[in-house]
Amino acid sequence: MSFFDRTARDWLLLEVFSGMALTFRYMFKPRVTINYPYEKGPLSPRFRGEHALRRYPNGEERCIACKLCEAICPAQAITIEAEPRDDGSRRTTRYDIDMTKCIYCGFCQEACPVDAIVEGPNFEFATETRAELMYDKDKLLANGDRWEVELAARIEADAPYR
Amino acid sequence: MAEFFTNLLGQDLGTLVWIVLRILAIVLPLLLSVAYLTYAERKVLGAMQLRKGPNVVGPFGLTQPLADGLKLFFKETIIPTDANKFVFLMAPALTFILALVAWAVIPFFENGALANVNVGILYLFAISSLGVYGIIMAGWASNSKYAFLGSLRSAAQMVSYEVSIGFVLVAILLCVGSLNLTDVVHAQEKGVWFIIPHLPLFIIFYVSGLAETNRSPFDLPEGESELVAGYMVEYSAMTFALFFLGEYANMILMSGMITTLFLGGWLAPFHIPAPFGLTALWGLFWFLLKVAAMLFGFLWVRATFPRYRYDQLMRLGWKVFLPFSLFWLVLTAGVLEYTGLMVR
Repeated sequence: MSFFDRTARDWLLLEVFSGMALTFRYMFKPRVTINYPYEKGPLSPRFRGEHALRRYPNGEERCIACKLCEAICPAQAITIEAEPRDDGSRRTTRYDIDMTKCIYCGFCQEACPVDAIVEGPNFEFATETRAELMYDKDKLLANGDRWEVELAARIEADAPYR
Repeated sequence: MAEFFTNLLGQDLGTLVWIVLRILAIVLPLLLSVAYLTYAERKVLGAMQLRKGPNVVGPFGLTQPLADGLKLFFKETIIPTDANKFVFLMAPALTFILALVAWAVIPFFENGALANVNVGILYLFAISSLGVYGIIMAGWASNSKYAFLGSLRSAAQMVSYEVSIGFVLVAILLCVGSLNLTDVVHAQEKGVWFIIPHLPLFIIFYVSGLAETNRSPFDLPEGESELVAGYMVEYSAMTFALFFLGEYANMILMSGMITTLFLGGWLAPFHIPAPFGLTALWGLFWFLLKVAAMLFGFLWVRATFPRYRYDQLMRLGWKVFLPFSLFWLVLTAGVLEYTGLMVR
């Protein structure tokens, strides 16, 4: 019996037409395309984008040059040099990230004991030259100043799950 | 109209101008339709895959085909060093010309064919068979293994499906008793559209049409995973554009053939009379509507089915379509003879 069943199905092209009906129905479904760059998709608070060095509210930089991020960085993208500052506190004199090496794993922000180095929500930092992707301390601090409101909000939003 | 030109320019020149004008009136809208068929294809495929399709160039992306055409026009035509230059350049031109030439016998409305010849079906069949040469020439002249393999596949495929297309045409021919395409439509005006008594034949013809125009799911010649782009790997810029135009013009031609043979050509369904006595426009409207519906089918099928394997393709052509169309031909002949409807 199953033979006749199958043969009838074949000859009446039932599967062909049900497949076509499916695609026809799909034609009237709403599109899922996002009209980037005019529309953007939602980002998780844990999204790992461009790096930033944050400051305390009083303007003091958070980084204490413990070099944990440098140590854990699997791509060895971070280079840090440190000296005691005039007031005796330990601070970095050099904090470079080679963004062409970085794999955006987020280990640096996990390792940081003072939430200084973070990966922010920004993913649109393409440049025209390679040299522009060698971030130094000034660039990272400037990023921190620029994104601080969002960075703080992201850490706040993610805090209950850590 | 013809008298106007002959009175103005004399008998010979006037007739010539009139014919050229009529040819342009077919070819220019055809090229425009080809351009917008690519747009429609991208939009329909996009919609069926929940995408938007082209929407950046112009309102709703409507000038996208022009942008694509301009891009191809201004690119460099690269001719491979080992290629046979003359054949290499002839092949796309041949494909393109054949796709246009076939339109001469398609009746767009009552008395609306450029050449109302008595061998219309034969002419169409011959022209569509010649299409293989463009492909073979392209594959051979490129002097590249992928192009050659692609062209061989393409030729084998087109030849295989032409056989069943031939039998389908013969069955229709038996019902009409004439090779004239206008007579084919008139026969459907008297009786019913041939899609009703010949539905299985219609499906076979449609699927063979897909194979004949190298469309998905029979787009093996351009199986990108194994052959890059088939017979047109080595082509670029305008030579590529000519292949592209020819391929899409062939799709429209195939839809025109299906419309004329099975869907009653320019006839309105249920004999709806033309409003305001605009018989020609009314016929043209229905013809174009039917062609558009058939073309939508081409795109729809492309969005739905995965590509056939080569042996499946050959099996379908030789072991399913050929015997079935032969059987249907004999059945048609038998029924016509038995009921005394055979036209002699």
